[in-house]
Amino acid sequence: MTHPAILETKEAFGETTLIADPARIVDLCRHLKDSEKYIRLSGITAVDLHPSEPRFEVIYHLHSLDLNKRLRLKCRLSGAQPEIDSATGVWRSANWYEREVFDMFGITFRNHPNLVRILMPIDWEGHPLRKDYPVHGYKYSYPSE
Amino acid sequence: MKHSFEDHTSTIPAVQEIPATPAAPRRMTLNMGPQHPSTHGVLRIVLELEGETIISAAPDIGFLHTGIEKEFEQKNWQQAVTLTDRVDYLANLSNNLVYALAVEKLLQIEIPPRAQWTRVMMTELSRLNSHLVWLGTHALDIGAMTMFFYCFREREDILRIFEMFSGQRMMTSYIRIGGLALEPPRGWQQVVGKFIKAFPSKVDEYEELLNANPIWTRRTKGVGFISLEDMLDLGVTGPMLRGAGLNWDIRKSEPYSSYEKFDFKVPVETTNDVWSRYRVRIQEMRESAKIITQALEGMPDGPWQADAPHVVLPEREKMKTQMEALIYHFKIVTEGFRVPAGEAYQCIEAPRGEIGYYVVSDGTSKPYRVHMRTPSFGNLQGLPKMLEGIMIADSIAALGSMDFVLGDTDR
Repeated sequence: MTHPAILETKEAFGETTLIADPARIVDLCRHLKDSEKYIRLSGITAVDLHPSEPRFEVIYHLHSLDLNKRLRLKCRLSGAQPEIDSATGVWRSANWYEREVFDMFGITFRNHPNLVRILMPIDWEGHPLRKDYPVHGYKYSYPSE
Repeated sequence: MKHSFEDHTSTIPAVQEIPATPAAPRRMTLNMGPQHPSTHGVLRIVLELEGETIISAAPDIGFLHTGIEKEFEQKNWQQAVTLTDRVDYLANLSNNLVYALAVEKLLQIEIPPRAQWTRVMMTELSRLNSHLVWLGTHALDIGAMTMFFYCFREREDILRIFEMFSGQRMMTSYIRIGGLALEPPRGWQQVVGKFIKAFPSKVDEYEELLNANPIWTRRTKGVGFISLEDMLDLGVTGPMLRGAGLNWDIRKSEPYSSYEKFDFKVPVETTNDVWSRYRVRIQEMRESAKIITQALEGMPDGPWQADAPHVVLPEREKMKTQMEALIYHFKIVTEGFRVPAGEAYQCIEAPRGEIGYYVVSDGTSKPYRVHMRTPSFGNLQGLPKMLEGIMIADSIAALGSMDFVLGDTDR
């Protein structure tokens, strides 16, 4: 499989991982869906590598029913302003998956139709799955009774 | 009887759709949930209605979000098994299994056949458990109340089996990294054998109650259509796809935990409505019963834990007599075991569809990141498409046929 957006290919435990160029991710997704038969997007998630840089990895799990194969795409994003193009135009299922990643990691998906929090309350501050987010949340000051 | 009922109702004309105009606005927004009995949890759906027809539906989730993925990063590898139970509380053993398989992939340890077969048997029992809860509550929603009592009668037997194996009825944590939590209890063959021998006749009872029930058939046949292409594009998995004619089951296509050694069929229906999903799940129950029978009859002998002293706790006897076993015990209990750095994705066929765990290790005794691709989350994304254009009363049947668990959705 060759595509200009693929920077590196890795094999481990029988799973293939493609490291992709985040600038051309939509191109690559469309190619994989149309030409390589990866018609299902199983999920999108992210990993926070804080404090190293590039800080975030956005991970796409693809699945092809015809070939009975799975594929992992990985994009590395800088921590300063994590942004990547949305894959909603390729698979509609990306909609909620990307909202979850945005909610949990604060990664912005450009051209997403409705990029709002999905699991946390709409007015929540911070992104809970970032490594610098404390597990008990930020301290609250409770009004005295 | 059935025919006369059909003839009578077929003369009632269908409700005409009336287009909304500024002069006669007929649209209204209806809030359904989060405390609605037929959403089976805390799901809120904002429905846009025109008369009684649903124009659009917007699910609002997150009410049950408990930060399980964050919690994973605080526990060590073995402790985190207890969190997997709480993700999907109706298919807890499936979640135990997929987590254990993913970590075992990173650890590269071999699981002995007896443990694998017990895992298969337990996850199939948990599939029966989940389908029984689904059938009982779904039929209750549609108006067949008796089903609830019939299904929960058998579910009780399954929970007793879980309790016998693990000491817990629901949060079993029975499947651990490296094998099982405990050796299968003495006399389990009789208990499981008795249950599984009687079970097919119980499924006959359910079918007898529902198949010719005119209310059930009229409320399920032709209701809740969503095309296969839409479902694949929207991330729907599991019995929903098999009810639409797609023969895809991860137990067959990517066998895990020695499923390839069992003989079972993947039930497929083509009508793609609430009825076909009901048919698929009923037949899946029969197939699961077959798998459990095979596991019961062919259960291999041997160890129930992997030969990996750095991962599984030593036997009590050895711990008290051998220095090395004591050291391993001390190390595992105090700091947990280390998992080599790497990443793995493991998916299995859960009662609701594809569960996939993406596990990242940085070489320490705690997971660096665990992501759960849960079937309910993916399935719910198909909900707006399925509800579009159907009657509001049918939305209850359509919702139920999806069989989602909100704990699984929100995690």
